[in-house]
Amino acid sequence: MDLTVGPNFFFWDAAAVRQFYRSLADAPVARVVLGEVICSKRLPFWQDEIPAAVETLLAAGKDVAVTSLALITLKRERRLTADLIGMGLPVEVNDLSALRHIPEGAPFWVGPLVNVYNEGTLRWLARRGAVRVCLPPELPLASVAVLAAAARELGVAAEVWGHGKLPLAISGRCYHARLHDRAKDSCQFVCGEDPDGRDVETLDGQKFLAVNGVQTLSQSTASMAWQVERLRDAGVDALRLSPETGDFAALCRGYADRIAGGLSPEALAARLRGPLSDGFLAGSAGVEWSGVRA
Amino acid sequence: MMELVCPAGTPAALRAAVEAGAHAVYCGFADETNARNFPGLNFSREELAEGISHAHARGAKVLVAINTFPRAGAEAIWHRGIADAARAGADAVILADLGLLAHAAEAHPDLRLHLSVQAAAANPDAINLYASAFGVRRVVLPRVLTVDEIAAINREIDVETEVFAFGGLCVMAEGRCSLSSYVTGQSPNMNGVCSPASHVVYSEEGGDLVSRLGGFTIHRTPKAAPAPYPTLCKGCFTSDEQTGHIFEDPVSLDASHLIPQLARAGVSALKIEGRQRSRAYVAQVVRAFRAAVEAEAAGQPMPASALARLTEGQAATAGAYAKTWR
Repeated sequence: MDLTVGPNFFFWDAAAVRQFYRSLADAPVARVVLGEVICSKRLPFWQDEIPAAVETLLAAGKDVAVTSLALITLKRERRLTADLIGMGLPVEVNDLSALRHIPEGAPFWVGPLVNVYNEGTLRWLARRGAVRVCLPPELPLASVAVLAAAARELGVAAEVWGHGKLPLAISGRCYHARLHDRAKDSCQFVCGEDPDGRDVETLDGQKFLAVNGVQTLSQSTASMAWQVERLRDAGVDALRLSPETGDFAALCRGYADRIAGGLSPEALAARLRGPLSDGFLAGSAGVEWSGVRA
Repeated sequence: MMELVCPAGTPAALRAAVEAGAHAVYCGFADETNARNFPGLNFSREELAEGISHAHARGAKVLVAINTFPRAGAEAIWHRGIADAARAGADAVILADLGLLAHAAEAHPDLRLHLSVQAAAANPDAINLYASAFGVRRVVLPRVLTVDEIAAINREIDVETEVFAFGGLCVMAEGRCSLSSYVTGQSPNMNGVCSPASHVVYSEEGGDLVSRLGGFTIHRTPKAAPAPYPTLCKGCFTSDEQTGHIFEDPVSLDASHLIPQLARAGVSALKIEGRQRSRAYVAQVVRAFRAAVEAEAAGQPMPASALARLTEGQAATAGAYAKTWR
C-alpha cells in the first residue's frame, strides 16, 4: 500500500501553493494529483504555479495527474476541461463530463467525487480507460473489499480516502459568498480567508461542518490511522491524503511510517488535528471515530 | 405542451395524479432501489402492474425510478428491479448509476432510459456522454442551473430535458451529497433516504423546541413557532459570529411563474417533487400545474391565483433558476 496526495480543495495563494508542492518532493508519497477541483474562478490566481510544481514532482519520481473540476457548468469550465488533455498528464476525472474530452481507451484516473459504488460502474469505467480509482469516502469497508477485489481483476488500482476533511457535498451556490451576504458572481474571493475551510457549528456549539466556496466538508478530519491493516487485507492499493495547512510532508511521513509498521494508530492519531473520524468505513455514521473505542 | 411528471408514493396517489391531469407519474419499488425509500411508501410488483394498467387506460405514462447507486456485491437487486419494471410495462426507468445504465442498455435494449437527477448531469458534455454511451432519451437536470444555462444546454443536446418545478429542494448537487450519512449513516445515494426520521429526536429545552438529527442540533425554535423538519442542509447553524441558515432556509421550490421561460428554454417536461406527500396534496398541485402548462401551450397568461394557493403560508424559492440564488 502506498500514498497519493489528492488535489488541494482550498484557495491558497501562489506562494503557499509553490511551497506546498516543493515540500512534497521529498515526502514519501508515490503520486500527486493537482489542479483546481472546487471553483474555476480561483484558478487564475495560482495556475502559473502548476507547470513548475509538475516539473518538481516528476523530477522527484512521483506520478502526477491533473484533476478536472468537480462540477462543470460554464462554457469556460468546459474549455478548461478540454484543455487538461493537452498537459500530457493523466487526467483525474472528478466530473464525469470530463470523459467527453478523453479519447476512448486513453488511461485516466477517477477521483473520489465520482460515484463508484459497485462493480458494474467500475467495469464500465475500466473499459473506458480508468486505471486508478479513488473510491467515494462514503463507502463502508464491506463495499470497499468487494470493489478492491473487482478492481484487481480489472487491472485498476483501488484507492481509499486516507486523511482529510471529508468532501461531503458540492453545490451551485457559494456558501462562503452567502456568509458574506454576497452572490457567487461577486464573491470577492472570500474563501481565500479560510485556508482549511470555514468551520460551521451547531447552535449547541457542536463541531459539525466546514464550508469551502461551493463545497461542504466535514469539520472532522477523516483518518484511516486505525484501518490500515483492514484496508490492506481488503486489497486496497493506496491511501489518499488531502492537503491541509501545516507541515504536510511530516503528515505524509506519519502515514508512511504507519503503513510500514513503525508507528501505532494512537501515535499517528496523536499527531493529527482533531476532531477525527473514520465512521464511513468502520462505524455506523461517518462522523464516528475508532480511536474513541480503542 | 410540456409534459407534467407527477409523484406517486402510493397506488392511491398514482390514481389521484392521473385523475388530476398528470401526463406521467413516477414511482418506485418499496426497497432501497429508489431515492424515496421511506416507510409506508412505494409499490409492490403487483401494485406497479395495476398502476401501469390504470394509467395507460387513461393515457398517462408511468416512469419507474431505480435511482439509488447499487450496493457493491448486491447489484442483482437493482437488476431485478429494472427487469420487473420492464415486464410490468413501464414507459421508462429513471436511473443514475453508470453500471446500472450499462446493464439496462445491454439487457433491455427496448426499454426507454431517463437519467435521474441523482446523476447530476449539469452540462452538455455529461448529457451527451450518457446519450451516446447508453442511449438515454431524457435527462432530469440537477437543481444547480439557471434558466439561461438550461436553454444553452438544450441547444447542444438531442435528448429531452426535464426540470423540477415544485416541491422539495436539494441545495447540493443531487447524488453528490453525503451530509446525511455523515450524521446518520443513511444516505440518498446508498439507502434512498436523507435526514431520516428514525434519527430525529425532538426535545423541549427552556421554552424552545430543539430538533436533532443523529445527535446534531438542526433547529431550535420557540415552542409557539412552527418547527420545520430537521433536513440537514436547511438547518440553523453558527459560523464565527454569524448564526443562520448557512446553506438554505427551510424553503421549498416553486418555479411555477417560470413555466413560460422554461418552455422557451426548450424544456420537455416539468417534474413535481413529493412522493412522500398525500394524494390530496398531489391532486391539488397537479391540477394547478396542468392548468398552467395548458395555458402556456395556448399562449395564455399563467393562472396565477391557483398556483399562489399552493405555497400559501410557506416560504418558497425559485432556487438556482434565478442567478442570484448562487
